Amino acid sequence: MNFIPPDLAPAYPEIFLLVMVCIVMLADLFVGEKRRYVSYILSQAALLGCAILTFSTLSSDVSYTFSGMFVDDPMADILKLMVYITVASVLVYSRAYISVRGMYTGEFFSLVLFATLGMMVMISASHFLTLYLGLELLSLSLYAMVALRRENVLATEAAMKFFVLGALASGFLLYGMSMVYGATGELHLSQIADAIRGGDIDHQILVIGLVFIVAGISFKLSAAPFHMWAPDVYHGAPTAITLFIGSAPKLAAFAFVMRLLVEGMGEMVADWQGMLVILAVMSMAIGNIAAIAQTNIKRMLAYSTISHMGFLILGLVAANWNGYSSALFYVIAYVLMTLGTFAIILMLSREGFESDHINDFKGLNKRNSWYAFITMLMMLSMAGIPPMIGFYAKLSVLQAVLSAGYIWLAIVAVLFSLIGAFYYLRIIKLMYFDEPETDAPILPNIDVKMLVSVNGIAIIILGLFPQALMGLSLYAIESSM
Amino acid sequence: MLFGLPLLSLVIWIPIAIGLLVLATGDDRKAPVARIIAMVGSVLGFLVAIPLYTQFDPALSSMQFVEKHSWFERFNVYYHLGIDGISMPLILLNCFTTPLVIMAGWEVIKERVAQYMGAFLIMSGIVNGVFASLDAILFYTFWEASLLPMFLIIGVWGGANRVYAAIKFFLYTLLGSLLMLIAFIYLYQVSDGSFSILDYHKLPLPIEPQILIFIAFLLAFAVKVPMWPVHTWLPDAHVEAPTGGSVILAAILLKMGGYGFLRFSLPIVPDASQYLSGMMIALSLIAIVYIGLVALMQVDMKKLIAYSSIAHMGFVTLGFFLFNAYGLEGAMVQMLSHGFISAAMFLCIGVLYDRVHSRQIADYGGVANKMPVFAAFFMLFAMANAGLPGTSGFVGEFMVIMGAVKVNFWYAFLAATTLIFGAAYTLWLYKRVIFGEVANPAVEGLKDVSKREFAILAILAIAVLWIGVYPFPLTEVMHATVDELLAHVAQSKL
Repeated sequence: MNFIPPDLAPAYPEIFLLVMVCIVMLADLFVGEKRRYVSYILSQAALLGCAILTFSTLSSDVSYTFSGMFVDDPMADILKLMVYITVASVLVYSRAYISVRGMYTGEFFSLVLFATLGMMVMISASHFLTLYLGLELLSLSLYAMVALRRENVLATEAAMKFFVLGALASGFLLYGMSMVYGATGELHLSQIADAIRGGDIDHQILVIGLVFIVAGISFKLSAAPFHMWAPDVYHGAPTAITLFIGSAPKLAAFAFVMRLLVEGMGEMVADWQGMLVILAVMSMAIGNIAAIAQTNIKRMLAYSTISHMGFLILGLVAANWNGYSSALFYVIAYVLMTLGTFAIILMLSREGFESDHINDFKGLNKRNSWYAFITMLMMLSMAGIPPMIGFYAKLSVLQAVLSAGYIWLAIVAVLFSLIGAFYYLRIIKLMYFDEPETDAPILPNIDVKMLVSVNGIAIIILGLFPQALMGLSLYAIESSM
Repeated sequence: MLFGLPLLSLVIWIPIAIGLLVLATGDDRKAPVARIIAMVGSVLGFLVAIPLYTQFDPALSSMQFVEKHSWFERFNVYYHLGIDGISMPLILLNCFTTPLVIMAGWEVIKERVAQYMGAFLIMSGIVNGVFASLDAILFYTFWEASLLPMFLIIGVWGGANRVYAAIKFFLYTLLGSLLMLIAFIYLYQVSDGSFSILDYHKLPLPIEPQILIFIAFLLAFAVKVPMWPVHTWLPDAHVEAPTGGSVILAAILLKMGGYGFLRFSLPIVPDASQYLSGMMIALSLIAIVYIGLVALMQVDMKKLIAYSSIAHMGFVTLGFFLFNAYGLEGAMVQMLSHGFISAAMFLCIGVLYDRVHSRQIADYGGVANKMPVFAAFFMLFAMANAGLPGTSGFVGEFMVIMGAVKVNFWYAFLAATTLIFGAAYTLWLYKRVIFGEVANPAVEGLKDVSKREFAILAILAIAVLWIGVYPFPLTEVMHATVDELLAHVAQSKL
């Protein structure tokens, strides 16, 4: 029996990262509390190395390996590069926060990197098993990260909820996958697509499977009505972890949706389109309306995430290249905005003070007008006010929705954005119109200061010149799907 | 084009760039520097706008000073600028008002001076962008961006109830403009992927979409004008805004709504505009008559002027939907003249407010005894507000009434009641504030206008009288454009 070794080239970044995680774990055993920065630097180096590897294999081709279970295409490359940038920024932003809260440990770095590896596998999966493998690697790392502060009641409670509901959703997903497998006899996404196209398959079983898969997906995206975990987890988790949960995994979840629904079950578009419409409208409604009532900024941002996911799903509803690329553009814009907003929350918090009440933003303009300005940019971008990137993301989604003929859906989306504008404006109001409650100095490290400034400026520069990112999204979708 | 310079880009970006520079001067220790840079920037903004008038060819009805560069190809969006006889005077009005506002806030604003001055400069550039954009997305970007500086100006430097007023202002305007965005995207679909406003002018459309688009545009522009019944945000915003904010709001931002009707509603959906003109005229007449009566009952000076603004803007929308040259040109003149007069009225109230810190009419009386020079200026502007012949207020109203007579006598009759109501509320205000015995210890200690205030009021007085006596330089530049617009609207697009 001949053993043909698989072509490892498409998976080099994943393999490299796995090796690096092991190195970080081992090295961390030998460095003391004082030299913890070694783990930090090694983690950043790991991400940099992955970025170089991904960059060096950039091509417009789609290459499969491991008997077609793993795929490397332009969409995967772009999403992975975004994941590296996001995770690296998360590490920079959260360093000060975790070190005063006793979480600056080897576990933190290895969990972050394992979660990153999970996302990368999800992004590159072309087989039910690899998808599930990546998803679970990500989810299990996240559960553990939320519980990293063992002594904190809120965090433990959040981790518990997250775990129970997450396991349930994974169960849904597996059940749906098994139905599809039962109906088609295939696990490869492309072969499932072929089998469905073949036509002689019991449609009813497929649809039941699809329902479960969509339910699992919406849980991972935190789309209503499967959103209930998000506010509690966002609120309970340490802010640095919330930042992580709220940002990079959404990129992976987007890839997950694209692989399952478009690549695998693209033939059943008529079936899932209707489900996505319901998810999108409910998410925008619940997210935007519930956010108004929140006084905890992390909870508010959780609901805002839910509404953003509704918008992202709207792009998928259009079910054409135009719509998919607008959703990809949207998710990238969303991640940039989330990073910046949480970075400010992290900056405002200090030892023994979480700064997660919206009133903690009071008078920020008087305390530091530059950070207030950056926060304002983030809020306006989330509200979809030009010339911030959030507007162009919304514009491309709305355009896709209208071109697919859903005029009413576009109007609904616009009305909910109006409601959404209110709570983003409230943050601007607190920062600019009110007097500060404290005059504690805001003293971030130089790297945080630089990165948050770049992040804020990127929101407006990418808005003024959206062509590059829009073109990239379209290219990624066109050459991958 | 002067020396091949992209004049329109300069008019937009010079104020914005200098505004950012002013913001960068930082906290109030450097306030004098911020004031001087802001003044230089606003005057520079006005100077670069002057060639737009001198180099303008009034015989052409097409767009002039055109600049067109690709912005993002994905949606065929262009950085496309150009002006005609409708937008050019509005840009000049804006560039003219900004230095006055900076001057008016010179001593009065003591807190966060750099941010105040910077906000006005940035706003000035953005508004120029609104008037000069020929691409729908570019227009929308400027349109929305103009909300933010005003939101901050009202919210940070405003009066007691400023937060409510600022948020109301923002959300009201946002609602209208989001529906306009949907209309733009719809037009993008039916025009096979173009966001060019000029393409939309030529686009044939059936009547049902025309009516829907008209309604979407109407919500956006009616909120901004503001027309009855979506006017309620304006009195709140005016009362709470600082003097400079009120001036820009009344003189410039309201004109964005009027401009929207001329650039979008009338030429893009002419059949719907004709079809619904009865409704528009009715709404305008309600604004003129009913809001005029409301103004009569106000006890707050700023509120009174705010309601009078709404009534005057009713004339503007009335003129648009008469579909004849008198009405349209009269409406244009009325917009510009209202820009000067409302600015002057709010500045006069600002002068009083800075001294007494009250906007209540009852707190004044006998001001003429203490401030004779001010009383003279206020008299002139009050007369102009009432539409006295010889002032700019008369020209516009008279032309619109002439236009209305041609369509229907009763329209003209109702519109003409404004000459009575307008005179009544303005002169009664004047009488209660300026004449009579000194009834109040606060009035006893009043000092007359300073040199700075005198300069501002004198400049505006000259403008008001000049348009009143010799409006030709103003109407000359818009003739060709207005004729072209009327010819365009008369053609069915069905």
